Amino acid sequence: MVEFWNSYLLPTVIILAQILAIVVPMLIAMAYLTLYERKVMGAMQLRKGPNVVGLFGMLQPFADGAKLFFKETIIPTGANKFLFLLAPMITFFLALIAWAVIPFDDGWVLADINVGILYLFAISSLGVYGIIISGWASNSRYPFLGALRSAAQMVSYEVSIGFVIITVLLCVGSLNLSEIVRAQSGDLGILNWYFIPLFPMFIIFFVSILAETNRHPFDLPESEAELVAGYQTEYSSMAFALFFLGEYMNMILMCALCTILFLGGWLPPVDIAPFNWIPGVIWFGIKVAALLFVFIWVRATLPRYRYDQLMRLGWKVFLPISLFWVVVTAGFLVAFDMVPA
Amino acid sequence: MAEVEIKNYTLNFGPQHPAAHGVLRMVLELDGELVERVDSHIGLLHRGTEKLIENKTYMQAMPYFDRLDYSAPMAQEHGFVLAAEKLIGCEVPRRAQFIRVLYAEISRLMNHLMNVCAQAMDVGATTPMLWGFVERETLMEFYERVCGARMHAAYFRVGGVHQDLPEGLEDDIRTFIKEFPKVLDDISTLLTENRIFKQRNVDIGVVTQEEAMAWGFSGVMLRSTGLPWDIRKAQPYDVYGELDFDIPVGLNGDCFDRYLMRMEEMRQSMKIMEQCLDNMPEGPVLSEDPKVAPPRRTEMKTSMEALINHFKHYTEGVRVPAGETYTAIEAPKGEFGVYLVSDGSSKPYRCKIRAPGFAHLQGMDFLTRGHMLADASAILGSLDIVFGEVDR
Repeated sequence: MVEFWNSYLLPTVIILAQILAIVVPMLIAMAYLTLYERKVMGAMQLRKGPNVVGLFGMLQPFADGAKLFFKETIIPTGANKFLFLLAPMITFFLALIAWAVIPFDDGWVLADINVGILYLFAISSLGVYGIIISGWASNSRYPFLGALRSAAQMVSYEVSIGFVIITVLLCVGSLNLSEIVRAQSGDLGILNWYFIPLFPMFIIFFVSILAETNRHPFDLPESEAELVAGYQTEYSSMAFALFFLGEYMNMILMCALCTILFLGGWLPPVDIAPFNWIPGVIWFGIKVAALLFVFIWVRATLPRYRYDQLMRLGWKVFLPISLFWVVVTAGFLVAFDMVPA
Repeated sequence: MAEVEIKNYTLNFGPQHPAAHGVLRMVLELDGELVERVDSHIGLLHRGTEKLIENKTYMQAMPYFDRLDYSAPMAQEHGFVLAAEKLIGCEVPRRAQFIRVLYAEISRLMNHLMNVCAQAMDVGATTPMLWGFVERETLMEFYERVCGARMHAAYFRVGGVHQDLPEGLEDDIRTFIKEFPKVLDDISTLLTENRIFKQRNVDIGVVTQEEAMAWGFSGVMLRSTGLPWDIRKAQPYDVYGELDFDIPVGLNGDCFDRYLMRMEEMRQSMKIMEQCLDNMPEGPVLSEDPKVAPPRRTEMKTSMEALINHFKHYTEGVRVPAGETYTAIEAPKGEFGVYLVSDGSSKPYRCKIRAPGFAHLQGMDFLTRGHMLADASAILGSLDIVFGEVDR
């Protein structure tokens, strides 16, 4: 019994505790991301944003959550009930499990696997299923068009994201996310981070993750001027909330990935006091929040692309540039004998 | 293998659609994302305005005009009072004419501000809308201060306007004229040079001069094709003939031109407003002919004739000589015409309203054909449709 406990149950309990330790703060972070977005957008648009529920509207996300929770889940008569409810679950589930490999600080990672980046890439590619299934299962025209757009969009931009990741991997020599961050440490601090040598790639990656997470100016799958709410049109209550949560979790995830690949993860910008007194996880959080601010800023500023323009940007601009940079980076590394072991 | 017939995808756009600009319903036939055919359905906001007016005196008919194009209420009032004045053949005091022009231009600002921001919203830019509406609120306050209502003013009268400008309003309008260009500049930094906004609007919904004339387009829609036709210049009414302003003209007839023209028209409107304030003489604001306008309230307290006259005005109304007229004004959306037929009684025999939006909406099909679904909402935004006037 003791052996069973030691070798089987105890690790399970520990893993479950670790999972909770990641998921619960992530859900709270996600809740406050919605408030963050509304406050920042409000300030940019000369309004106040939520300010009634709680101090500075701090409880607004929970009020929204409670409202959605108590609403009735409406399932359209023509819908495929099973798939209709499965789709938001897939989206939410995938957005959560991706966090398993994200290193919040040196060693703060649930599964420090050597193919971390491939795992993330696989998970984010699966994300399109939730949207496609919801669009099809709703049996309605707007969600269907939204799902079609979304599928095309995610596939197009994943290609260039792939090439961007390859350039980073060429410089690091490892697929392990913690290794990627460690490769960016050095005496120069912020100057060591990859966003400086790989600046064009950083921009392409950032724009691609905007597209990948269906955010402005690439929010075609849910553009309200054309498709009402895109693939979410028929959803209500918790089913809608799961989509919403999944989408915002994905935003945080993609910003976290961008931080790890280009902004030195948990590393402080300069490795001297008082900067290195601050724990790495705080630095990580600050960097993610800064990237999220840009997400929101973009949303408040830019109009939306049209479908064909989005495709053109993805396939005719980003793909050639990122491909070219893979070659340039690889050539540079070989020519100057800098290929990591 | 059996032959498969490929059918186009039919999409019901509206009447409950966030980009339908009110209660428009469009049946879109889509080939993938390409729009093959647009079938606009109207009438969901039909209130029988024209018929109702036949049973109202001229003064009672006036408020119906506020409710046509509710984004620029006083412009419609202007059209109606000018038509009625033409039938009666009365003189309008000069101060009243200036006030009317001033408020017609405030209405133009209100309309264009809303339309430019809505067009931006239709292509996905949310911020201009909120910035614009802060200013639009100020304009509505000007409405409120002069007549007590923010939207449905019922301020113009046959023979003038109802009340004189309250004290201090003139200064506030001047302050607004001084500060508003900054907001316009802010909005245009977000849109005019924005590459995405340009990609979404340049060469979208192109209308040629022949098409525009054939379909009865007017206003910005017509001028965007390069034809400088503006009734304020071509057939000046009230004091427009004395004022100095320019008519912006487009070159390509696309959505982007229409956006730019509306921005420029707003600047020209402010120029007109400033001139109105500078040149406005003192004097009465309503015709003093007892056959045209009711007596002032102070008179009624002392004069028996005035009291009787007042009673006649508010019960029977003004008897308008038999005749007919088509009077058009340059409303913000285009040529707004009122065709009035009088049989000599105090109620119009017929009142046909020519709404510019109605003619523009007809163009939706040929403008959108061959464009993508997303362009349909951009084009709809640039047409400047308000359903109050289309459905009447």
